[in-house]
Amino acid sequence: MPLHTVRVFVTLKPSVFDPQGRTIVESLHSLGYGNVADVRQGKYFEVQVEAANAEDADALVRDVSSTLLANPVIEGFRLERAEPAGRR
Amino acid sequence: MTFGVVVFPGSNCDHDAHHAVTQVLGQPAEFLWHKDTSLRGVDAVVLPGGFSYGDYLRTGAIARFSPVMQAVAAFAAAGGPVLGICNGFQILCEAGLLEGALIRNQQVQFRCEHVHVRVEQIATPFTAACTPGQVLRLPIAHGEGQYVADREVIDRLESNGQVVFRYSAADGRVTDDANVNGSSRSIAGICNPTRNVVGLMPHPERACERVLGSADGLVLFESALGWSGVPRG
Repeated sequence: MPLHTVRVFVTLKPSVFDPQGRTIVESLHSLGYGNVADVRQGKYFEVQVEAANAEDADALVRDVSSTLLANPVIEGFRLERAEPAGRR
Repeated sequence: MTFGVVVFPGSNCDHDAHHAVTQVLGQPAEFLWHKDTSLRGVDAVVLPGGFSYGDYLRTGAIARFSPVMQAVAAFAAAGGPVLGICNGFQILCEAGLLEGALIRNQQVQFRCEHVHVRVEQIATPFTAACTPGQVLRLPIAHGEGQYVADREVIDRLESNGQVVFRYSAADGRVTDDANVNGSSRSIAGICNPTRNVVGLMPHPERACERVLGSADGLVLFESALGWSGVPRG
């Protein structure tokens, strides 16, 4: 089966305060970047899976993301399909 | 009464918990390896503090899928007493045995100090020997101890009496200053609806002898003994 790369972006739910993002904003302000209104820190994963097609790859990575990569209590995630290998 | 202390790769308070049970409480304790599928007949389980799996991904996120956690979940479902301390609390939340999550401290600092917590619920295996509102002086050592959950979840925990410990001042007043990590409603520890699974961020096992600065933590282990009906000896 062909190898598919799926990108996963995990972010804190809007309702969850992000102390690290807040600290980054404060640091940027002290560096003079007063126009930076907010920063939210998240996580980025590149997941390679063997799947018959892109839809199956997405479904598998969605499953992986909700099982382990993100904690649904505090986080959400979205997927992005990477270009198939060889077409870059 | 035999306590089982689970050892994950990266646990570092497992020996503290074992010491508190065997040397101070005077009860037998066994180490349970994270790959074990059986709890070997222990009467209570302690998930100790530390940095299981290096805190990779999220605190407790990998540990919750350890083989031993299936046995712990079954033990908890059957009413067995389970105490999660610090990283153990984080693992219980990741495993869904307790609700909510522990995120980075609001001040983005690793906090390592003695704090006070007020006992809010004494009808649990680990607080049964406390008096309501008793204030305990216990050490904390964590970077990710800010308790969060959806508002309706926290409201339900409050109305069900599942908030077991709250950060407080020495006199028991719950104040913003005493809320050492910015936890929602100053929550330091909670239990499940059947109250046999308790998790908390402070370290009672490191505060069982006066020489360590406080012996206030011993009451949690004494409570478990009373709960089981086994005389201390």
